[in-house]
Amino acid sequence: MPQHTFILNGRAVTAEVEDDARLLWVLRDVLDVTGPKYGCGVGVCRACTSHINGRAFTPCTVPVKDIAPTDEITTIEGLPATVGRDLHPLQEAWLDLDVAQCGYCQPGQIMTAVAQVRRARVEGREIDDADLDEIRNICRCGTYNRIREAIVAGARRMP
Amino acid sequence: MGARDDAWQGEEAAARRGTGRRRFLGYVLAAPTLTVAAQLGEAALAPRQAAAQAASVVPSLPGPSEIYDLNDMLTHATLPTANLITIRIDADGTAAFALPRAEVGQGITTSSAMLIAEELDLPLDKVRVTLADARPELLFNQLTGGSNTTISTFTPIRVAAAVARGRLLRAAALELGEVVGSLTARAGAVVSTTGRSLTYGELAEKAAARTDTAVEVTLKDRSRFTVIGTPQRRIDALEAVTGRKKFAMDVQVPDALPTMVCRPPTINGTVRSVANLDAVRTMPGITDVVRISTGVAVRGRTFGQCIDAVRALKVTWGPGTADGASDETVLRKLKAAEPPLVVSPLPLLTKAVDARFTFHFASNSALETNCAIADVRADSAEIWAGLKSPIAAQEQIAHRLGLPIGAVRVHVTEGGGSFGRKLFHDAASEAAEISKAMGKPVKLMWHRADDFRQGRTHPMSTSRVRATYTPGEVLTYAQRHTSVATDYGHGFGEVITSQAARLPVADLTFSQTVFQLTQQSPYHFGATTMLLNETDNGYNTGAMRNIYSPNVRCAQELVVDELAKRMGDQDPYAFRRRFLKDERARAVLDKVAELGSWGRAMPAGTAQGIAVHPEYHSFVAVLAEIDCRPETTGRKIPDAYTGPRVTKVVCAVDVGLAVNPLGLEAQMMGGIIDGIAVTLTSGLHLRDGHFLEGSWDNYFYTRQWNTPPELEIVVMPPTTGRPGGAGELAVAGAMAAVACAYGRATGTMPTTFPVNHAEPLGFEPPPTTPPIPASPTDGLDRAF
Repeated sequence: MPQHTFILNGRAVTAEVEDDARLLWVLRDVLDVTGPKYGCGVGVCRACTSHINGRAFTPCTVPVKDIAPTDEITTIEGLPATVGRDLHPLQEAWLDLDVAQCGYCQPGQIMTAVAQVRRARVEGREIDDADLDEIRNICRCGTYNRIREAIVAGARRMP
Repeated sequence: MGARDDAWQGEEAAARRGTGRRRFLGYVLAAPTLTVAAQLGEAALAPRQAAAQAASVVPSLPGPSEIYDLNDMLTHATLPTANLITIRIDADGTAAFALPRAEVGQGITTSSAMLIAEELDLPLDKVRVTLADARPELLFNQLTGGSNTTISTFTPIRVAAAVARGRLLRAAALELGEVVGSLTARAGAVVSTTGRSLTYGELAEKAAARTDTAVEVTLKDRSRFTVIGTPQRRIDALEAVTGRKKFAMDVQVPDALPTMVCRPPTINGTVRSVANLDAVRTMPGITDVVRISTGVAVRGRTFGQCIDAVRALKVTWGPGTADGASDETVLRKLKAAEPPLVVSPLPLLTKAVDARFTFHFASNSALETNCAIADVRADSAEIWAGLKSPIAAQEQIAHRLGLPIGAVRVHVTEGGGSFGRKLFHDAASEAAEISKAMGKPVKLMWHRADDFRQGRTHPMSTSRVRATYTPGEVLTYAQRHTSVATDYGHGFGEVITSQAARLPVADLTFSQTVFQLTQQSPYHFGATTMLLNETDNGYNTGAMRNIYSPNVRCAQELVVDELAKRMGDQDPYAFRRRFLKDERARAVLDKVAELGSWGRAMPAGTAQGIAVHPEYHSFVAVLAEIDCRPETTGRKIPDAYTGPRVTKVVCAVDVGLAVNPLGLEAQMMGGIIDGIAVTLTSGLHLRDGHFLEGSWDNYFYTRQWNTPPELEIVVMPPTTGRPGGAGELAVAGAMAAVACAYGRATGTMPTTFPVNHAEPLGFEPPPTTPPIPASPTDGLDRAF
């Protein structure tokens, strides 16, 4: 069985699993990291959204063999550490505005939001309505408006 | 009115009669630390005020649901339950409560904690609420549905907390050698006028009882509430945003390996034969492959391996329960089953509005797919799942496994959404069957495609409406709703049977009973009749954040707009205002009209719509603005349906007493997003015995690009002093308001829902064989 090594939430991990195993199952079923949720398995609902080297992606659509030993994978569990705090500013905004309902999609929502704010900044601007409209993450409880408010409020506090 | 009279026993009633505050009976139970209890089901109903008659309209007699509604039935069914809910005070000063309901996002763990914090004078963060395992002795009292949780638990939870508070005060008095009158309970401690104090933690053991004792208590007067009625954030929010919240598939049960099922290409198809069972058993990671009643189950090390195995299976399938059926064939059956619209002879010059509306199948799939863990042994079984009716699950699974009920333990996990789906235990039952067949624990998860194609749906229906009018009055209103049969096999049916004698409707089917107990017309439209008929039970159906209301209300409000137009081009808001029966309805309508600037000038192709919805002792009004201009409907987003956009929503809600206004706003927000979805975009297409939709990019639930950029929700001040229903309330109001806005923007009353249903498919239907897709491999190309 092939071994795959990468950096997960700041620590090197090795998983013994087939090359084509999608990273979501490596995280959830092999490494017991359950923050990223299953919602579709085809990269549509974005409930499993995590970061690879700081960019948002859906682990359900990436074979583990495509992850290099030097790649840094960050799941919701490792997000606060990326800013050296107990909670990321967007997580704090999520709490302030009481965004979550059932909460199932929220890890993915937050990971997407962080990347969306960063992308706008790279383009030299703050996040706006058009950026928010682009977010594809499903929230079946329909707490979309609070998600929008929390992203805007949290972005102001993001380094 | 017998049922209503029985219910005339609440605090409200006592206050009205001037007999002072009602005393309640609670219990102190023998336990190592203070443990108190109350009878769940003691909740009394608020008396319904006689509707103020609207000026100069032809009055309508109250319909059955205005006298006694579904929610009353659920509350009354809990009255004789002899068993108790308990609160325990622990040595760390916290209060622990196992709520016999399911938390699926609606915020009831938070609102229940608030009731305890209020009555116990304990900070909210010191109250720990968990979800109780199935407790068969609770009979009907562990069913989460019909927006009933807060209504039925509002009094019992407070009674238990009040017993604890009294007991702590008494223990402190003994300990301090003072009289109880000199002591005050405050923020988790008992404080004496002398300045001495003892925390609840210090008193927890001293206040404990050696024998069970009944105690009388009075509840805190509403004027002294400091927690109830204040906005509070969810107690589980930190766990949700850190990924620590545990849903069924996050629970680690030893050896419960990932398990999936290869399902048939048509609805409820059956396995004839499997050509390669042995070959699939040797696939990487796969431990077991077995035939079961719903398909072929595979168990493996990872879900990825299960997906590969499901796709590799070569199965010959037998017929299902809807083979060959399509939207067109179902619509024909529905039309044939429509009850006649009979209107008695009317005066000359009477005219009529006649309309027929079609509501297509819709999926109640939550973001968490059907899933459950099961560990079935020779003489016992253990189940973990998000279940709104865990007692029914326990009984039916025990029956199926041939075990006594007591040998099946059912744990209720946090649910990742429900919307009606988790009233059923499809996955739990299937997991038990698989675990028994394999002789091993299983962690069963449905694929998203399974959830859309074989999961439950809100049944397709038609609503025919005929309203007759003279230039000044509406004389009659008749509505005939005809639906594909709704499944009530989740425990509601048993509740109805138990309460049959006291219901204001006699000898009806389960669904007709529910229809009569939920559907009402808020308007004085003269002789009003609303009836249900059902046909065709070949589908897996259930409620979808309400059973009939969104469709029935939407049809009615569209007809109201049409009546206003035909009766002299009257303003839709003023017209509704004039005919409404209830002042509370009028108040929420006025509020949204005012805040939403009703009647403001808007560009062609955009419009406002307004609607009101009464349900379960609550009222909601919604004002929606929609943009149907080509530049909006023609927005291009990859793999998405755009269509019209609701640009603004104003909602006013009166639930009598909002326990947690922040949570109530969240419920309204979700209901509004649902209402937008069912009106404009989300429906299933039935073709050739299966649903075409297989992913979230096929089934168009509201996404960010169709979320209203402006949303305002107003929680009205308390009106009745008792909580009404909230979980489903906004869907019907929003669906109707959005539909009315759409009709006014386009100039044509919409009659098919979702309105995009007849448009060319916005997606390529995924194949049905294999039943689930392979996961893509190009995710890194789309990283951002």
